[in-house]
Amino acid sequence: MNNQSISLARIIRLSVLSVGALAFLAPYIFMISTAGKAQSDIFTSSLSLIPQQWFYLQNFAKALSRVSMGRLLFNGIVVCGLILAIQVTIAIPCAYAMAKLKFRGAQAMIVLVMLGLLVPIHATALPLYVAFDRMSALNSFFALVAPFSISVFGIFLFLQFFRAMPDDLIHAARLDGMSEIGIIGRVIVPNAWPAITAFAIFSVVAHWNDLYWPLIVVSNQAYATPPLGLLYFRAAEAGDDYGALMAATLIITLPLVLAFLFAQKRFVEGITMTGLKG
Amino acid sequence: MADMAAVPQTIALPAPRSAPLAAEARSAWLLSLPAIVLVFLFILLPVVAVIGLGFTDFELGYAGFKFVGLDNYIELFTDRTFRQSLWNTAVYTAIVTPISILMALGLAMLIEAENIGRSFFRTAYFLPVASLLVAMATVWQYLFHPTIGPINAMLALAGIPGPNWLGSAGTVLYSLSIIGIWQSVGFNLVLFLAGLTAIPRELYAAAEVDGARAAYDRFRLVTWPMLGPTTLFVTTISIISSVKVFETVKTLTEGGPNKASEVLLFTIYKEGFVYLRVGYASAMTVIFLAILIVLMFLQYRLQDRQVHYT
Repeated sequence: MNNQSISLARIIRLSVLSVGALAFLAPYIFMISTAGKAQSDIFTSSLSLIPQQWFYLQNFAKALSRVSMGRLLFNGIVVCGLILAIQVTIAIPCAYAMAKLKFRGAQAMIVLVMLGLLVPIHATALPLYVAFDRMSALNSFFALVAPFSISVFGIFLFLQFFRAMPDDLIHAARLDGMSEIGIIGRVIVPNAWPAITAFAIFSVVAHWNDLYWPLIVVSNQAYATPPLGLLYFRAAEAGDDYGALMAATLIITLPLVLAFLFAQKRFVEGITMTGLKG
Repeated sequence: MADMAAVPQTIALPAPRSAPLAAEARSAWLLSLPAIVLVFLFILLPVVAVIGLGFTDFELGYAGFKFVGLDNYIELFTDRTFRQSLWNTAVYTAIVTPISILMALGLAMLIEAENIGRSFFRTAYFLPVASLLVAMATVWQYLFHPTIGPINAMLALAGIPGPNWLGSAGTVLYSLSIIGIWQSVGFNLVLFLAGLTAIPRELYAAAEVDGARAAYDRFRLVTWPMLGPTTLFVTTISIISSVKVFETVKTLTEGGPNKASEVLLFTIYKEGFVYLRVGYASAMTVIFLAILIVLMFLQYRLQDRQVHYT
């Protein structure tokens, strides 16, 4: 694009970008460094990044013993997995019907979806909480998953994607005698992987990180998701034991960050695709 | 009169094809039925319920409740905590949104103009978006720690006495804003990068031929107008997510010190799910929802008025 030579403008540009990147990565650098420091080390020299005594083992052991990290990660995977599976199973047939089949409800349903997009969980949480309380359904995977079984955003995204698919594909399948369910399973889904991946990334990131709803419906460790578990760990770890805290933070943050680093192109695509069309 | 004659005709016309069409409509309804039921169950019904509850004195744990009309809303207007919370949310939004958008736009243009390290920079700035906010908030708490935190240690090296970032009423909202900006720049940046790559190169060449020699002129004449839709979208998303700030407040400050970091969602959470005053919290939720709807409405209006260049 620009000339390859090192001009003054380019040096300035690269230094601004590098200093910025360093500032944005600093929390991660300090997290990794502090997770390996002993208490005394943390109190005396906060600016040296290399621990004086190597304390990683002790801190990680402490983090793993106070709150069952395995349990938290397992809960997180179960909750996010269930939410994603149900959302996709519900949203794809609905979006297919709205995009490719003629029926009188289609227009009304688009209005319904657009209205639904306006309503976050924070607005529906109170009545849902009261209802779940009456059903004695609090503290369960059901309570964590049920309100997110419907994703109007998912319907919206798939609707956009399916509209762009050629009708001929579907007509051909119908002439072959396929049922509508068969068309969805064997024609629509195999052709919709980019949209499904984008939505999957969006959904998992959103629900893995969500604190609001789990905080409301879960009050014991058995069903705690990663953010909630970390909150418990902070409460149990009164005072300034930052070594153990950083070790716990590291364990909790790692799965999603690793997933992001391995599939960053997909992540960024997913976010821009879901973002720009939202 | 003519209408009356026309009506039977329009109904009569599709009659021969109606059997397959009816079958198609039937399967369409069947396929979308689960979604419709769930939308009613988990979105429409709760919204109606929250509006209704806002007019009651319902409290969880008490058997009965009665309608109190607008009492909850009247109480809201005189509630010092709620007013403080609205104000704090507005201040937080007014800080985080413009800074994170301008930073993202600037960084996106720098990355776009540079041909080495693109994916590294994108990854570095985007990493906070993919990280667990509750966890990273904990890291920020350490960074902000008044005595052992690295930020104040660095300030001390420069001879500046560091503030008690999260611990004093005067700075807590700014400290939370820093975390908010750090967390949202990457998201906006990626959207701006997508918008920038979509701008045809020829436009810049054409602008240069027309005398736009300076980089600033090319920005003003090509980049800014072409990015219009992206900027509008990024602005709406940023404002909405700032209004929804909750995680950092719950994790780090619990609204303190002295209510200096009470924000809308945290106040709703406390009233509704800690004090269990469901009716009162519902009235707050209605205000929250109204704010979101007004923001969305403004976006639609602006979008309609915008000139489309593509």
